[in-house]
Amino acid sequence: MSLDLTQLDVGRSTVTDAGLIRIAILAVGGQGGGVLTDWIIALAEANGYVAQSTSVPGVAQRTGATIYYVEMMPDPGVTPVFSLTPAPGDVDIVVASEIMEAGRAVTRGFVTDDRTHVVASSHRIYAVSEKTVPGDGILASDPVVARVRKAARAFTCLDLAEIAVNRSSHISASMFGALAASGALPFERSSFEEMIRASGRGVEASLGAFGDAYDASQKPQGTDAPEPAKAEDPEASRLHVPARHVAAWTVLTARLTELPAPSCDMAARGLEKVVDFQDLAYGAEYLDLLGKIGGSDPVLSTALAKHLANAMCYDDVIKVADNKTRGRRAEGVRKHMGVKSSDLIHVTEYMHPRAEEIIGLMPVAIGCRVEASAAGTALIERLFSKGRRWRSDKLGTFVMLSALAMLRPVRRRLLRHAQELAHRDAWLDRIARLAQTNPALAVETANARRLIKGYSDTFERGQNKFATVMAGIDLVSDREDGAEWARRLTTAASADVSHDGVAGVLATIRSFVD
Amino acid sequence: MAERSFKAEVKKLDVPGGQEFRGEGILAITKALLEAGVGYVGGYQGAPISHLMDVLADAEDLLSSLGVRFEANASEAAATAMLAASVSYPIRGAVTFKSVVGTNVASDALANLASSGVKGGALIILGEDYGEGSSILQERSHAFAMKSQVWLLDPRPNLPSMVQAVHDGFDLSEASNTPVMLELRIRACHVTGSFTTRANKRPALTVRDALSNPQRDTSRIVLPPALFDHEKEKVYDRLPRARAFIREKGLNETFGPVASDIGIVCQGGMYNGVIRALQRLGLASVTGETDVPIYVLNVTYPLLDDEFLDFCNSKSSVLIVEEGQPNYIEQAFSTMLYKARSDTRLYGKEYLPVAGEYTGDVMLGGIGNFMRGHAPDMLRDGDRAPNEAKSSELPDELKKLIPQRPPGFCTGCPERPVFAAMKLVEEELGTHQITGDIGCHLFSTMPPFNIGGTTMGFGLGPASNGAFDGGGEKRPISIMGDGGFWHNGLTSSIGNAVFNQSEGVVMLVDNYYSAATGGQDVLSSRADNPKRSTNNTIEGALKGIGVNWVRSIDRTYDVGRLRDTLKEALTTDAVGPKVIVASSECMLNRQRRERPARNAAIKAGDRVAVPRFGVDEATCTGDHACMRLSGCPSLGLKETKDPLRDDPVAHIDESCVGCGNCGEVADAAILCPSFYQVDVIHNPGKFEAWWSKVTRKVIGRLQTQRAARRIELETA
Repeated sequence: MSLDLTQLDVGRSTVTDAGLIRIAILAVGGQGGGVLTDWIIALAEANGYVAQSTSVPGVAQRTGATIYYVEMMPDPGVTPVFSLTPAPGDVDIVVASEIMEAGRAVTRGFVTDDRTHVVASSHRIYAVSEKTVPGDGILASDPVVARVRKAARAFTCLDLAEIAVNRSSHISASMFGALAASGALPFERSSFEEMIRASGRGVEASLGAFGDAYDASQKPQGTDAPEPAKAEDPEASRLHVPARHVAAWTVLTARLTELPAPSCDMAARGLEKVVDFQDLAYGAEYLDLLGKIGGSDPVLSTALAKHLANAMCYDDVIKVADNKTRGRRAEGVRKHMGVKSSDLIHVTEYMHPRAEEIIGLMPVAIGCRVEASAAGTALIERLFSKGRRWRSDKLGTFVMLSALAMLRPVRRRLLRHAQELAHRDAWLDRIARLAQTNPALAVETANARRLIKGYSDTFERGQNKFATVMAGIDLVSDREDGAEWARRLTTAASADVSHDGVAGVLATIRSFVD
Repeated sequence: MAERSFKAEVKKLDVPGGQEFRGEGILAITKALLEAGVGYVGGYQGAPISHLMDVLADAEDLLSSLGVRFEANASEAAATAMLAASVSYPIRGAVTFKSVVGTNVASDALANLASSGVKGGALIILGEDYGEGSSILQERSHAFAMKSQVWLLDPRPNLPSMVQAVHDGFDLSEASNTPVMLELRIRACHVTGSFTTRANKRPALTVRDALSNPQRDTSRIVLPPALFDHEKEKVYDRLPRARAFIREKGLNETFGPVASDIGIVCQGGMYNGVIRALQRLGLASVTGETDVPIYVLNVTYPLLDDEFLDFCNSKSSVLIVEEGQPNYIEQAFSTMLYKARSDTRLYGKEYLPVAGEYTGDVMLGGIGNFMRGHAPDMLRDGDRAPNEAKSSELPDELKKLIPQRPPGFCTGCPERPVFAAMKLVEEELGTHQITGDIGCHLFSTMPPFNIGGTTMGFGLGPASNGAFDGGGEKRPISIMGDGGFWHNGLTSSIGNAVFNQSEGVVMLVDNYYSAATGGQDVLSSRADNPKRSTNNTIEGALKGIGVNWVRSIDRTYDVGRLRDTLKEALTTDAVGPKVIVASSECMLNRQRRERPARNAAIKAGDRVAVPRFGVDEATCTGDHACMRLSGCPSLGLKETKDPLRDDPVAHIDESCVGCGNCGEVADAAILCPSFYQVDVIHNPGKFEAWWSKVTRKVIGRLQTQRAARRIELETA
């Protein structure tokens, strides 16, 4: 699989560069870029090349973006004068251990379509700035993939992290495999593998990851999108309906056809979620509300199908206890941790319910009284001031959590349900009203429900933001561009932890309404 | 115990002469020191020369066998002061530290050393932390050489040149009785290559021998009247001798044709970049043959008038490639040309940037423009009048599409919970005046914590809050690490705070090592180090210097306790500085230590619990509040396939080391019940295994029964 060297000798410096190959490895600190660099150097030297590598030690390697740089050429008999840093427009091979780093190589000018072969892993390591957004802060990789492809002379892009994990190896091994398969270096596959063997550590796993990456790189790759399934490609439903409920469930699902066709899929998901949360009757209530408020408007119906389900499945103590004690969840934990079913594991749950959540578990009458009494609230607060660490694999804890989960049948009589019901109905009333006068705004009012999520402070913050958005919606309810303003309110609220963003939009609305 | 072990590489240091030595720049320098017959070595760690200290530490047995003393100095000042041995005795000594911050710290000792002058060769190896990858202020070491009259070597960045510079440096130092600094830039320290070895040499006089026969020379003491003589001696005697040596030994190099109308002068460290630029312009080959004469300054201070003027002779234009500012060399050369009434025009910062690193494209642009301006005939048509480059929009487009990725705390870092606790206090009590220091903890200034406003130097965090020592409505807070504490902080920061009865709070982050520089031991490290004294407590030092309010937290992951302690420090009536010592071992080092031991124990059949964290996807609502108090690389996002969800959920990947921060933060900040910890029990006891089996069976049956009565949605 050797490659004609002249293939790389394009561009202006051809005349005098005598087979010089310049490789920049862009990695995230801690990914093992150093190992890959050492392999490449050893590979070059084993094939009669002279090579030099450089790296930047220190803090750059503490999880930040960092560059290793290698130069090599067939041994000219005298020591070449290698460069210590990659230069824009003068890099033959870019190896990127993460797709955004491949993008970074382009921004730094290291990728040019006259010479650069890019070998990149398509997986993402999210940056802190993406992770801390309260909503969805993930930057899309597809546009980056498309642009790197455009910028490069050749592009090998596949999920090298997954390949490595599947072989219990490191990404350095799969990157080496993809580099070998790319044909960007004029060396035989066996020579690459020899370097892994010579390194002497985790050889079998590394060779496995190398081979998998090599083979996968040979397969034709999609034009733009790399492999991982996208969120918009929903997986099949995984609902388990026991025999005794099949008939009733069938009756319920038959009602889905009464809804506008485009909203059926979403409503089916919502129905599953609601029934899982409570019971079949709750599912019927969901469909009733959806039919009544959503009406025949497919857009509103779809938005409502989603957000009504989420609103009805509020995150109370019962829901948490229910989830933590399910058999399927226990299996999921084992699967996620990669342990065999025979392995012994301890599972510790970190729970810290607040007084409000405990009071919410009380029957409406009692709960209201406790909530109103300072002493009662203080007592509950004292009792639950500390977080709980419960070993859910222990019988006692399991029984206790199960008992909480088994409060499900009486949930409708508890304070939290009453509170949620009031909140939900006020929201639905607003949507129903707007559906008559300003349908687009009704949809945005439904969408704003995404702001309410989480527990404790997060939940409260979400409620406050939601209230602000609703106040804004009321102000613009008669305007043609009302929906646009509602969207702005919701976006501002979910992009920022603080209340400032959404309050700012509300102030703007006030300025032109008054 | 340093982050990287060089035990294997150290074996290479013992090879006989005449062999090919392959390795990194740092290792080559170490070998050269031994070949040069050095009598004592020392320094202070810091990128990019941390590994030099690590190599020396790992090579201590070899060093002792050669009669060489290795001292892991407490600071750069201590390291430079140690060179005093070469003032009184004809022993070669070498120390290393990062520059320019280390040189700043060392400058008092350096100035005195320079004044006294040396009998034995004294070499200071500077890791020039300048340009990409640097984590410090951007200045030049050159100024120190000029102000103290010590010589500065800047060799070409390849192993033979760097090794030769060590030998030349000692010889020059002895020939001129002056300390010599050898400057190595970041990537040069870690460049790989090879050189031919010489035999290691025992020092003619060892430091032990010297102790047996003490010597002193009053003319070398920096006191009147000797000090007035020193100044004159430096310029009238040592400088001419240095110049003569540099000229005679040919330390600077000239490449390319003799006759040419133009030429380039560069610092040695810039040489490879210059050659690459010329090569891309079709004026040089990859192996260094050049059509443009190049005068390479392997010694950048002092400069040789005659050598430079010779080079300029018959050239109409010369470009100087001098990285950094001010352009001291250009200024000096300009003066030489002026005084010599030369017709040669000198160019420098007209073509190259005044500030910033001289990277490949900067060199190509600068040298290309110089050539176009002064020797266009030498260029190929395309380079002489290049077409307007068709600038691609892709880079600019992509800049908006990719995230910044600054360095941050490692997976499981024990400092993360310290700042999570500080963040919680901030949410409760409002923002405070906070100063940072040097060390890993400075990552707190970046998202998600955004804590700390200034960094004034190693061990100077609390001192830089001095103006606020008097307190006010709120107390000032400062952060300092154990490395900074022992380097300088004990006296300059804590002593200062005690003496001035500071109202401030000091968060002393103790991770058992000088962690940011690669995990070297410090006085308070917990491990037993046979060659160093460790386990000297920070608390003991604090009490000794007069701090009365000290709270020790021996597990930083206890976020709730840290938060409460910090609140107490901010509100207590106690007088004087309030110091919280938050201690937990650096996770990189801990893993390096524990992982092999753990694997061995599992293999041996011992009961071992291995923790890791997970997130219940069904319970997580995707608010990411946990990440705003973490930033851990292993705590990431996962896009769910559930169409009912708008936002990605939290996800912990297999790199999790089970430090516990996620659970503690979820607890202390009352975030959510999504986190769970799994301990995989390897080799459980018989009873434990049996009981677990029984429990699982019972629980399993209960779960099956419940599932049979309800409709259940499977969640990930």
